Amino acid sequence: MGATIKAVTTREGTKPFAFSEAALAECRSIIARYPAERSKSALIPILHIAQSENDGWLSVNAMDAVAQVLGLKHIEVYEVASFYSMFNLHPVGTYHLEVCQTSPCMIRGSEKIVGHLSKKLGIQPGETTKDGMFTLKTVECLGSCGSAPMLQCGAKYYEDLTPEKVDAMLDAMRAENKRQTYTDR
Amino acid sequence: MGRKLLFEHITKPGIQGLEGYRANGGYRSVEKALKTMSPEAVVEEVKKSGLRGRGGAGFPTGMKWSFLAKPPGVPRHIVCNADESEPGTFKDRYLMERIPHLLVEGMITSGFALGAESGYIYIRGEYFYVHRILERAIAEAYAAGWLGKNILGSGFDFDLHMHIGAGAYICGEETALLESLEGKRGNPRIKPPFPAVKGLYDRPTVVNNVETIAAVVPIVNDGGEEYAKIGVGKSTGTKLISAGGNIKRPGVYEIELGITCDEFLNSDEYCGGIEGRALKAVVPGGSSVPIIPGELFLKTAAGETRLMTYESLSDGGFATGSMLGSGGFYAYNDAQCIVRSTWNHARFYHHESCGQCSPCREGTGWMEKLLHRIENGHGHMEDIDLLWDIQRRIEGNTICPLGDAAAWPVASAIRHFRDEFEYHVKYPTKVKDPDHFAKEPFKRELKASYA
Ligand SMILES: Cc1cc2nc3c(=O)[nH]c(=O)nc-3n(C[C@H](O)[C@H](O)[C@H](O)COP(=O)(O)O)c2cc1C
Ligand code: FES
Repeated sequence: MGATIKAVTTREGTKPFAFSEAALAECRSIIARYPAERSKSALIPILHIAQSENDGWLSVNAMDAVAQVLGLKHIEVYEVASFYSMFNLHPVGTYHLEVCQTSPCMIRGSEKIVGHLSKKLGIQPGETTKDGMFTLKTVECLGSCGSAPMLQCGAKYYEDLTPEKVDAMLDAMRAENKRQTYTDR
Repeated sequence: MGRKLLFEHITKPGIQGLEGYRANGGYRSVEKALKTMSPEAVVEEVKKSGLRGRGGAGFPTGMKWSFLAKPPGVPRHIVCNADESEPGTFKDRYLMERIPHLLVEGMITSGFALGAESGYIYIRGEYFYVHRILERAIAEAYAAGWLGKNILGSGFDFDLHMHIGAGAYICGEETALLESLEGKRGNPRIKPPFPAVKGLYDRPTVVNNVETIAAVVPIVNDGGEEYAKIGVGKSTGTKLISAGGNIKRPGVYEIELGITCDEFLNSDEYCGGIEGRALKAVVPGGSSVPIIPGELFLKTAAGETRLMTYESLSDGGFATGSMLGSGGFYAYNDAQCIVRSTWNHARFYHHESCGQCSPCREGTGWMEKLLHRIENGHGHMEDIDLLWDIQRRIEGNTICPLGDAAAWPVASAIRHFRDEFEYHVKYPTKVKDPDHFAKEPFKRELKASYA
C-alpha cells in the first residue's frame, strides 16, 4: 500500500522461475478479455498466477517472467506488485494465515484469536514458523464481518472462529501439509 | 415480512445455476428489454424508480446513466464495482455467492440500456472463490446465448468478463478501480473528467455497485413506478444491509427502506437485539460514516423515530446524525471501548491510503499514532485537540474521499465520546487491560453537548 511502502527484495528469489504450460494457457485466456492494445490490464490476474506457481510469493524472477509475458518494463510490474497487499514480496509459509483485525472483527474477538494463534505457533504477526509451515499475518476487513472472528488461508475463509476451532484447523493443516494459494479451485 | 426484490428466490434449490435461476423467472428482464424496449426506455424506468447508488454515495442511478457521453464510433463500457472493502460491508459477497446470475442478468440489461460494448466485474482479490462462482455463471450465460453476439436475435452484442483485484480498499473508489483495471497502482484520478466521459481506456464508462446493478432487474421486470412504491421520500426500493458487531443475529438482510431503526436492530426478523449487554454505539453504514451513540441511532436529536433511509439517518447532519452509506451496519455493546475502536479505524485508513495526497498519507499516520498512545495510557489532554485538528485538516483536502472517510470516524468519536478519551488520559493504569470496559462499562457523563 502506498502509505506503507513494501520494498522489492533482491536478496531472495535467485531460484529461476518459468510458467507451466497450463499457466501460460490461462494467461492467454485472461489476456483475451481485454482489447488487444490493452493487455496490461491482465497484469494483476497474471501476477496472481505467478505467485501461486512460485510457492505463494513473488520473487524478482517471477515478476520478470510476468513482464516478459505481457511485454512490460520490469518496473511496471514491480510498482504494481508492491502496491497490493495480497502480493507477497517475501517467502511465506505453506499455510499463510491472514486474520482480519478491523473493528467489526475486533469487537467480536479477533484480538483473542490473534493472541491464541501467536501463542500456539510461537510467532508474532508478520513472522513464519521455523519449519516454514505457518505464516501469521493480520489483515484488514475481508468482507466477512458477520461471521467474525475469521481468517483467510489461500482461497478459503475460516469463519466464526473460537480457540477450539483454530486448534482443530491447525491440526488438520499439519496433517495435510499442502500449500494453499489464492488461486486454488 | 418486508418485500424482497433481490433475495426473493435466494433460498430456492439450484438458484446458483442457470437452470434453477431460469426456473424462478431469471433473465426475464433481458427478454423484456431486448425484445420490447429501447435503451432509452430502460434508462427512463431506472430514473422513475428513484434507485440510488448502493455503493455508498447514494447518487441517483438514472441520472448517472444519462450523463454517459456517446461520441460516435467510441466503444462504451459498464464496470461493476465488486471491490466491497468498506469495513462492515459484506452484502455484495452474499449476493454474488448465492445468486450469481442476478448480477450477470443486471449487467446485460444495464449494458443494453447504456449501449455498452462490454462489461467488467471488478471483484476484490480476497473473494477469489466468488470470482470462480461468477466465472461459472458467465460461462453458462454464454453457452445459453445470453451473452455474446446478437443476443436473442436483437442485434445487441455484449461481452462480460471478470477481473480480479489484489487487496486494496482504495480500489473501491471508482477511478482507482479503473486504474487498477488498466493494470496500474490504484491511485484515484483527478475529477473531472468523470468516468462517464473518460473512464476505462479513456472511453465513456459507467461504474456501479453490485447491488445497484442487481436492482435494475426488478425495476425492468415490474417497472420503475412499482419499485418506487416501496420506501419513503427519496429513499425508494429495498436495500441490503450487512449486520455485524455485538448483535444476536449477524447476517445480510434485505429491508424495505423506511423501516424504523428500532425494528431493524431489535426485531427477530433482523438483528435480534444486542447480545447480552446494553447498546452503546452504532456505525450504520460502513466504517467511513460517523459513529453515533445508540440513543441517537434509535431517535433523532429532536426526539423523532429514526428510519432506515438516506435522509433520516443523516438527519441532524454530522452533529447528531450519520449516514446510510454502503449498508455496512455494526453495533457496539457497553463492553467495547470507543477509543480502541477509533484507533483501529485510524490504522485501517492509514494502511489503505494510496499515498498520493500528503494530508491523507501523513495525517492518517499521525492519527493512528496519537490514538494508539491514548488507548494505551500514554496520552495527554492536548492530544485530543490535536486529533481534532488533524482530522479537520484532512477532510476536503484530498483527491478522493478516502481522506474524508478517514476523518469522519475520528471526528464523530471525539464529538460523541470525548469523555471516554479524557478517561483514558486521566486513568492510564485502568486502560492498560485491553478489556478495560468489559468488567465495568464506562459511564458517560457527556449527554447533550454535541460539539
Ligand atoms: C475510498 C472509497 C472506497 C469505496 N469502495 C467502494 C466499494 O468497495 N464498493 C462500491 O460499490 N463503491 C465503493 N466506493 C464508491 C465508488 O467510488 C462509486 O461511488 C460507486 O462504485 C458508484 O456506484 P453506485 O452509484 O452504484 O453506488 C468507494 C469510494 C471511496 C471513496
Ligand atoms: S472486519 Fe473482519 S471481515 Fe470485516
